[in-house]
Amino acid sequence: MNNDLAPYPPIDPTTFDLIVIGTGLPESILAAAASTASKSVLHLDPNPFYGSHFSSLSHTDFPSFLISHSTPSPSSTPQSNGHHDFAVYDFATRPLYSSLDISSFSPDLLHQHSRKFNIDVAGPRVFFCADKSIDLMLKSGASQYLEFKSIDATFLGDDKGNLWSVPDSRAAIFKDKSLGLMEKNQLMRFFKLVQGHLAGEQGVKISEEDLQSPFVDFLSKMGLPPKIKSFILYAIAMVDYDQEDVGVCRDLLKTKDGIDQLALYNASVGRFPNALGALIYPVYGQGELSQAFCHRAAVKGSIYVLRMPVTALLVGKDNGCYKGVRLASGQDIFSKQLILDPSFTVPLPLGLSPSHPLEEKLPFFSLRDDRGKVARGICITKTSLKPDTSSLLVVYPPRSLFPEQVTSIRLLQIGTNLAVCPPGMFVLYISALCNDDDQGKKLLHSVMNTLLTVPLSKNSESKAAFQSEMAENGYADQDEIAESSSTTESDPGEGKPTLIWSSLYIQELTLGQVEYICSTPMPDGKLNYYDLVDVTVKLFKEIYPDEEFFPETSSENCEYDGDIALEA
Amino acid sequence: MHGRPRKVPKPEDEAASAAKAQKLRALQTQFFSYHHNKIYTKEAIELSAKLLEINPESYTAWNYRKLAVEHYLSQPESNPDSVRSILDEELRVVESALRQNFKSYGAWHHRKWVVSKGHSSIDHELRLLDKFQRADSRNFHAWNYRRFVRELMNRSEQDELKYTENMIYTNFSNYSAWHNRSVLLSTLLEKKAEGFLSKENVLPEEYEFIHQAIFTDPDDQSGWFYHLWLLDQTVKVDSPLLVTSWPAHGSDVLLVVDRFHKVCGLSPFTTLHSDSGSFPMVLYFNQSVEGVSSSTVTVESGSNKSEDIIWKPLSVNNSQAAQVWVAHLTFPTSELNSSVEVSVGHSEGITSTRGFQYSYPSKFSFKVHVQPIERDSSQGSVAESVLWREENFKVYEARSDESIPIVFFDQLRIRNDPEPTASNWRAEALAKEIECFRELLSLMDCKIGKLTLARLLMAYDAMSSCANKLVHSEEVLELYSDLMKLDPSHYQYYKDEHCLVLLQEMISNRESLLKHCFQYTDPVSSTIHNPICLRLNNLSLSRMGAFEKLLWVQILDLSHNELQSIEGLEAMQLLSCLSLRNNKLRSFTALDPLRKLKSLRVLDISYNQIGEHSIDTTRYLCSSPLSHSVGSEWNKDETVISDGALIDYWEAFFIFKELNLKQLDIAGNAIADEKFKSILVKVMPTLKRLDGELLG
Repeated sequence: MNNDLAPYPPIDPTTFDLIVIGTGLPESILAAAASTASKSVLHLDPNPFYGSHFSSLSHTDFPSFLISHSTPSPSSTPQSNGHHDFAVYDFATRPLYSSLDISSFSPDLLHQHSRKFNIDVAGPRVFFCADKSIDLMLKSGASQYLEFKSIDATFLGDDKGNLWSVPDSRAAIFKDKSLGLMEKNQLMRFFKLVQGHLAGEQGVKISEEDLQSPFVDFLSKMGLPPKIKSFILYAIAMVDYDQEDVGVCRDLLKTKDGIDQLALYNASVGRFPNALGALIYPVYGQGELSQAFCHRAAVKGSIYVLRMPVTALLVGKDNGCYKGVRLASGQDIFSKQLILDPSFTVPLPLGLSPSHPLEEKLPFFSLRDDRGKVARGICITKTSLKPDTSSLLVVYPPRSLFPEQVTSIRLLQIGTNLAVCPPGMFVLYISALCNDDDQGKKLLHSVMNTLLTVPLSKNSESKAAFQSEMAENGYADQDEIAESSSTTESDPGEGKPTLIWSSLYIQELTLGQVEYICSTPMPDGKLNYYDLVDVTVKLFKEIYPDEEFFPETSSENCEYDGDIALEA
Repeated sequence: MHGRPRKVPKPEDEAASAAKAQKLRALQTQFFSYHHNKIYTKEAIELSAKLLEINPESYTAWNYRKLAVEHYLSQPESNPDSVRSILDEELRVVESALRQNFKSYGAWHHRKWVVSKGHSSIDHELRLLDKFQRADSRNFHAWNYRRFVRELMNRSEQDELKYTENMIYTNFSNYSAWHNRSVLLSTLLEKKAEGFLSKENVLPEEYEFIHQAIFTDPDDQSGWFYHLWLLDQTVKVDSPLLVTSWPAHGSDVLLVVDRFHKVCGLSPFTTLHSDSGSFPMVLYFNQSVEGVSSSTVTVESGSNKSEDIIWKPLSVNNSQAAQVWVAHLTFPTSELNSSVEVSVGHSEGITSTRGFQYSYPSKFSFKVHVQPIERDSSQGSVAESVLWREENFKVYEARSDESIPIVFFDQLRIRNDPEPTASNWRAEALAKEIECFRELLSLMDCKIGKLTLARLLMAYDAMSSCANKLVHSEEVLELYSDLMKLDPSHYQYYKDEHCLVLLQEMISNRESLLKHCFQYTDPVSSTIHNPICLRLNNLSLSRMGAFEKLLWVQILDLSHNELQSIEGLEAMQLLSCLSLRNNKLRSFTALDPLRKLKSLRVLDISYNQIGEHSIDTTRYLCSSPLSHSVGSEWNKDETVISDGALIDYWEAFFIFKELNLKQLDIAGNAIADEKFKSILVKVMPTLKRLDGELLG
């Protein structure tokens, strides 16, 4: 796609404090933070758009981006150039996406609106109004380039296709139709206990012993019925693994952390008067976020060059230290520090010790789960899952859809009011943690079959087009959806939205690293950016131990202070 | 706004407020001069607007503006455009005043006044209200104004109900919204609007709705208030009913003119002694009624002509409405046996204080036997006296066929109830509520939940008591005992309620009642025929009740209790001897009900706390010689005792001058010194014994 573009422009100056490659969210935040700390920053991205693995793309750009990150590039041997005092190592890339599976059932319709889609690569994702990433946006000034809207409602799903609204506040408990009177009383008393505990009220302190015990046990101890436990664990605390099955659970939540999650949720419900609930979503999609930070960095003096691939790493011959990068234009640029997009693997100069995963060196850097993968699915429909509700979140707790389901599956529906799709359409994001591609696909299909009507006939033309593209990449089974839907569909799916386009893929989870070269993490399996922001802050501290991460400014951002653009 | 802590003013705030006061004073002086000189120039009006913007509470300024508006509207050159612009300006001033303080009575009232003149857009009013109600959804001024606007623009109650419901869904801790809901439902029910034909259909849904609030947060009061309203709607019967009477239906009354004559074969429960040959007839209703008279109540009896009978309301505050009405029937000795038939409400006229007609005509009859005079004149002069000694009382052995002379009209009526199902849904609703709150209490300790359950159980028992049985009294007593422990700050209230239940329980069945019935025998005196004495002594009663079941009582012993008041006792018209010895009565005003007891001859109020507390707060609630109602009587009586000391004892005077006591015990009260006693003797010429001493 770069053929018709002008030749790469030369970059001047050629020496920087920091070069950042890739405009994903962590890279963008780091670029903004570094430039705020008066570092000279060059921010490059081989793509013609901002956001890389955190971007929002049209439904046509979206597959090609995933495919481009699906195969490893062959590694090459370092070339030593006699004229310079550095060695040149070609970059290698690693595959981050697999099992890509795209189906289109109404290509004409989509084609008409192809530019009106902003599809998140790392969906589903939302913000808790009170979470760290919102604070970061306010603090950094990035919030002035963003606008948000509320997610209308949160539901817990079951295998019958029912959506139970999550009683997440006093008013919601009062209004709820599915809870019994006793359950309402129990749930509200539990919330009050937590609030009392957090406020340090007398006589309501939860004991240290309880705080250290698993949250699920504490909930049982409080006499909460299974239904309410599900609401709290999976739809409010948003845990991934089955808390009642210690064998498979990789994120057993302690009461202490569970209470922190509830506190975050509770603080989110009340933070912005315009917000309907705890969750908000950026208008035009999550990709806006990276752009906002890049914008911020540019204001602070960072230099931005898109469509600029980097080809090689320059390493000092004498000391084996990083010196700079070679661009696709052939230009060599030098810097003290380098931050890399997670798709690059760093070829190690000979004679240097192998890089340790960051986790070993600095255990706190790890994202909560790195061992698995995350299955993501994107569906486009013409009707909402819930009449009169445009944006909504549905959580399927472990074992809610089939017995072997060990992780939560989350689905986020975003409507046209968030400017991510043409009027009258809805984009549904599904994700779940999984161990392998098959398991991941099964999780995605189970939700799609429960909530959507999947047409049996696909447009062969589009199918062929994609197939040819994917055949070479080893992608296959296009009929998987059709098969699974035809076997399970006992009712004709009356009232269910009909699928018009879907894309399923499995994404690798990677850690952030600071070793020889600093590299940023892939989007994690969480619903918010809580952990990602944590890691990003730690990366910054590692590179610039003496700099403050977005120091509080008194005058400049005061007009945005404490508030974000939120449409009611 | 609610839940906002008050800040301690800082020195600079105080300086600012002093400056504001200075400015305000200057404005005010100028304003008053305009106002007094009736100057309505543009400048003068603008000044009043400025004043109101700073101080929206300035009533005079609002009134001035009303006068100014009237002044301009009456000008010959006024036209629709100028009128509108004048009124629009008023609305603007009100709006900015409300912005200053949106709880300003004067501002809201002014707005009502302006809007009632017409000419302004009501839609704008709704928009304004939305703004205010968003800022503070509980602001009752805004809700009041909303009701006014709703009526003005003819918005349907159903639409308002929907709006109110949404407000409740946003935050159910909103008294104003719940209140508005109750108002709207009452209107809809009254209109019998579609879907609101009867309480039977509407109330169950409302209970369901309020349960959501109560169970979600039992600590929130607003839901409980609405529940209380629902309970009232469920229990309340609009039209007044006759509950009991004296004499009871089907009873035989023996009127004895001579106490020394032995009479056999008749129950002491229904034997009366009367010098004059007359006795009181009492009608006891379920609520205060007006219009009981010879035209609404007909009495058929040989010697008493219906039209001669004068019915009097037994109200302590001299109003024309009362729950209990009394009339005196006279039976000359010439007629030994007569039967009396009384019919109540066969012609219209008896109405409840809320305007509902008495709609269940009742009839009852009884027989009166007169025991003629055979008095031995030598014994007749001996002063009657009652000695409240333990040995003078012995348990009354009732004959097995002897019944307690009280009949409830609902038992008579139940046979021909026009709508037997009407009360069914009520009982069902209560039963459901009882179940529901038992469940809540099984989950948690909740004071208001316990109180509500107690109220529900009592209401249920009262409703389903065709057999006059209290099925749940034990449970209720336990609930109140619990509450006394749990909630000491409301101890007295729970204690009072506890007493009322206890009394109901004691009095409601024959066996337990008979345990408290004694026969008085005085070893010194030769009176052999004494009525039954009901002894409710030593029960730590803090409140007296169940009067409707005690109309027959002539001797009542309430000594050694904790009574602070005897409210309601006026219903016991037959009472001739009463002991209130050793209670906690603190003033004579607390004895006000005694003034209505014309048969009372023997009274013991010794060992109370009368005169101990120098300030008697109840006197401000009761009639005083300075109030209109009793002023004339006072003037008339002033001549009786010109003693200046009377001023100090006017409350005592006020009670005792209307009584015909023969025996009074008052020792053991702080007030009872020699001076006071000497005044008592003057006030009551009939008095024979004072504190046990025979008077000259």
